Amino acid sequence: MHLPSFIETQVLIIGGGVTGTALARDLALRGVDCILVERDDINAGASGRNHGLLHSGARYVAGDRDAAMECRAESDILKRVAAQAIQDTGGFFVAVQGDDERYIADFPAHCARSGIAARAVDVAGARALEPALSEATIAVFEVPDASIDPFRLSLESLAQARSLGARVMRRTRVTGFEREGRRIRAVRVQRGNGGNEVRIVASQVVNAAGAWAREVAQQAGVPIAMTYSKGTLLVTHTRLAGRAVNRLRRPGNGDILMPGGTVSILGTTSTRVDTLDDIQATAAEADLLVEEGARMLPALATMRYVRAYAGVRPLLGSSGAADSRAVSRGFALFDHEEDGLDNLATITGGKLTTCRLMAERAADLVCRRLGVTRPCLTATTLLPVDAASVWTGAGFSARDWMHSHHADDALLCECEMVPGSAVDAIVAGLRAAGDTPTLTDIGLRSRVGKGACQGGFCAVRTVAHLYQQGDFEARRGLAEILDFFGERWRGQRAVLWGEQLAQAELTEALHCGLFGEELRGAALIDVSAPAAPHGAANADPAGEAAP
Amino acid sequence: MTSGRGNSCDVAVIGAGMAGMAAALFAAERGLSCIQVGSGGGILFASGLLDLLGVHPVAEGRLWRSPYAALAALAREQPGHPLARVDPGAIRTAFESFVAALGEAGLAYAPLRGRNRSVLTALGTLKTTFGVPLSMVAGANLLEAPGGRQPCLLVDFRGLREFSARQIAATLGDRWPGLRCQRIDFPGFEAVPELYAAHLARALESGETRERTIALIQPLLGDAHAVGLPAVLGLGHSRAVHAAFEAGLGLPVFEIPTMPTSVPGLRLLGALERVMAARGVRRRHLSSVRALARNGNPGTMTLELDGVPGGERLSARAVVLATGRFSGRGLTADRGGVRESLLGLPVQQPASREAWHQRDFLDPSGHAINRAGLRIDAAWRPLDASGQPAMPRLYAVGSILAGQDWMRAKCGSGLAIATAWAAMEQVADHLGGAGAG
Repeated sequence: MHLPSFIETQVLIIGGGVTGTALARDLALRGVDCILVERDDINAGASGRNHGLLHSGARYVAGDRDAAMECRAESDILKRVAAQAIQDTGGFFVAVQGDDERYIADFPAHCARSGIAARAVDVAGARALEPALSEATIAVFEVPDASIDPFRLSLESLAQARSLGARVMRRTRVTGFEREGRRIRAVRVQRGNGGNEVRIVASQVVNAAGAWAREVAQQAGVPIAMTYSKGTLLVTHTRLAGRAVNRLRRPGNGDILMPGGTVSILGTTSTRVDTLDDIQATAAEADLLVEEGARMLPALATMRYVRAYAGVRPLLGSSGAADSRAVSRGFALFDHEEDGLDNLATITGGKLTTCRLMAERAADLVCRRLGVTRPCLTATTLLPVDAASVWTGAGFSARDWMHSHHADDALLCECEMVPGSAVDAIVAGLRAAGDTPTLTDIGLRSRVGKGACQGGFCAVRTVAHLYQQGDFEARRGLAEILDFFGERWRGQRAVLWGEQLAQAELTEALHCGLFGEELRGAALIDVSAPAAPHGAANADPAGEAAP
Repeated sequence: MTSGRGNSCDVAVIGAGMAGMAAALFAAERGLSCIQVGSGGGILFASGLLDLLGVHPVAEGRLWRSPYAALAALAREQPGHPLARVDPGAIRTAFESFVAALGEAGLAYAPLRGRNRSVLTALGTLKTTFGVPLSMVAGANLLEAPGGRQPCLLVDFRGLREFSARQIAATLGDRWPGLRCQRIDFPGFEAVPELYAAHLARALESGETRERTIALIQPLLGDAHAVGLPAVLGLGHSRAVHAAFEAGLGLPVFEIPTMPTSVPGLRLLGALERVMAARGVRRRHLSSVRALARNGNPGTMTLELDGVPGGERLSARAVVLATGRFSGRGLTADRGGVRESLLGLPVQQPASREAWHQRDFLDPSGHAINRAGLRIDAAWRPLDASGQPAMPRLYAVGSILAGQDWMRAKCGSGLAIATAWAAMEQVADHLGGAGAG
């Protein structure tokens, strides 16, 4: 029997979301060798499809005090150690006429019990600070919420892990586990589409696959009770509020508007789903968010939206509750010893704000099993800035370009002001990690494709730049644009009305009307050739059948 | 006919995109006095290529060498398509007439030979089209040369970000081994990081810049039989600039259309404005129509305009709606549905917003919303909710019409020119028959 090649490591991490990347960093800082495998790209799941809200904990004070206190402690830590990924915007909790007065009245005491600083703000003062708030506002509290860029957090965590020896394999999926008694002897993974199978022989395996943790555990033969909750969010064209604005009520639909650099992010919905396949925001979800959000911030009813996206929250337990918000947002670490395995752990559930703590708990378990006694350093070690990972934040590349303005550094994206030098830095970062950069990779690591045109113009310039730099060859640009638009489009369908529909029409006129990209290979056929292949010659033998 | 002065006219054309321009031209050619309202800004997004019909059926992505054979197939298989309602002979006449008018205005097209051509794009794809500007035709000729594709040099300019000759050569390289690329600095713009095609086009109208550019390209020619450049060879004097490049390099030179807003779009708008002026079409290019109503005087309509101080009222015996789709503002979409922007005419559309778009942006069969639009009667008059003509002398042409996907069928200009021609035939009939004026 032919055995595929194998790689050895101390710890294999499955999943490149905020938890997996934080775990790689945690282990690397403790001197533990690890490999992270990710089926798609960094933060491809819920880690990249959320509000970017660093919770003060105030949202959970009434229903889940433990979660509230965890959030408070962790947000304080992240504000210290990962300040470059955080905008300390502060947050408002806002009630409008008709909201539950009992909830409003109890809120300050609930916050106090969880140690969260909540300060009552008079309504007129609050509306002076946030003019978009509704005239129907009846109560406002200020809390220490903040905005966090999960992409920058994960990319810089991984960059530091790599600098300490960790290895990362993107676009690599787990195909099977080899068990031997109470141990996993090796994990089989496949690189890319139809790529080689590789065996990874690890002393310890951590399943940090987020919503996919149940599927991964199943592959290893262990059950996890988990439900899925789909959450949809909308991105506005311009920023509507400076602070995090939360509805002061029990968590519900469309009750958080987060600043995200130059835009605002409105969310979420919460719907039970049974499958992880093809999760996309729907028109009905967009309508629900717009209508609910507009009760707190009326301008949301007429705002231009550039994008919608949906993520799936992994929720623990198999509660039959119809409202998945009733299921705990806490996290869990499974050691799987009762399931008959001594070197597998699953860390899942939880939320962006607590990702560092989740990684710490998982790393503690793994280190205990490995006999490593070094303590966790992530609560005290500053996250280093990585040159290839700084481009995700809205507004950063614009500032950088203005300051350093080199004569030969042309802007490729004019909506978000992304220059060629940013693309080059990202490409260099990917190449240094042994990766082949794609247009979609560049999109994830920069603001390319994230402005009003959603890639219609900047994709063309970026592809031209990549050819010019020698990064693309042959017909790769066409395939890359197809992939890139495929990814961008998932987030557009649900918000295409008004101005954004007109914008999408221009993009289609260019990419279909002029470039013919939808024709795929047929876009390279010379229709005038006497022996034109494809349908032309067959359907049109006469050639000159003019009337 | 109504006199061609003041605020009264036979035909008011609302819209100054391709369809509105074609309608105004054909009105003038029929001797009808015409006022056209609208900025023409949409034409800046045009490539200069005049499509007739390149793909049918769109779901199969089948390309056609003869647009007329494609039209015949369309008429058989999709009789509700607006292009299928126009007699092919009339389409031929309309195109000849439109291209001749552009030629008189200084924008020359290669002779229409009744068949589609392939034109290189900035992405390295081959675009199927019908009317090819003279400045682009050498590339199409090279592609279809009987002896195979001859060596060719593509030149681009550092800083013109959306155009990489290297990309085009790489994309087509295995099908065109003799395709080479070179990058040069644009004379006088060496220290400028971002170049705009329109600036280069204007600069090349200066003889000195032209000579310096030609001198930079000359040593790179090698075995090339032709030279391809991004479409920057002059704006208003493109014919002379193109001729100077061909003379200076001693080879056929062709332009490759770039991303909008492009120089060929600017040239087209300029040429159409000259056509309108020459034919006596009165333009209200700063205005938009606020309201349109039939007035007391039977057989006339009143248009109320915004955009000039105090507004303006026009009186017209017939009105042609050529306001385009969403980016042209002819159609308005909100979360609840699509309506026609000016009169709120009913729009044929999918039942719900969820059905507007496919799950893949580049789905070959196209998005249902693209086929939404106005329904019309046999005389090109848009229908109201009861299925009757909304007004006796209101006509609709161009991309606002239902039942077509011009972006995928590669029939945008064809739709504009053919429907404008056919509708104007009806207008002339109706007005002539009414015996008024």
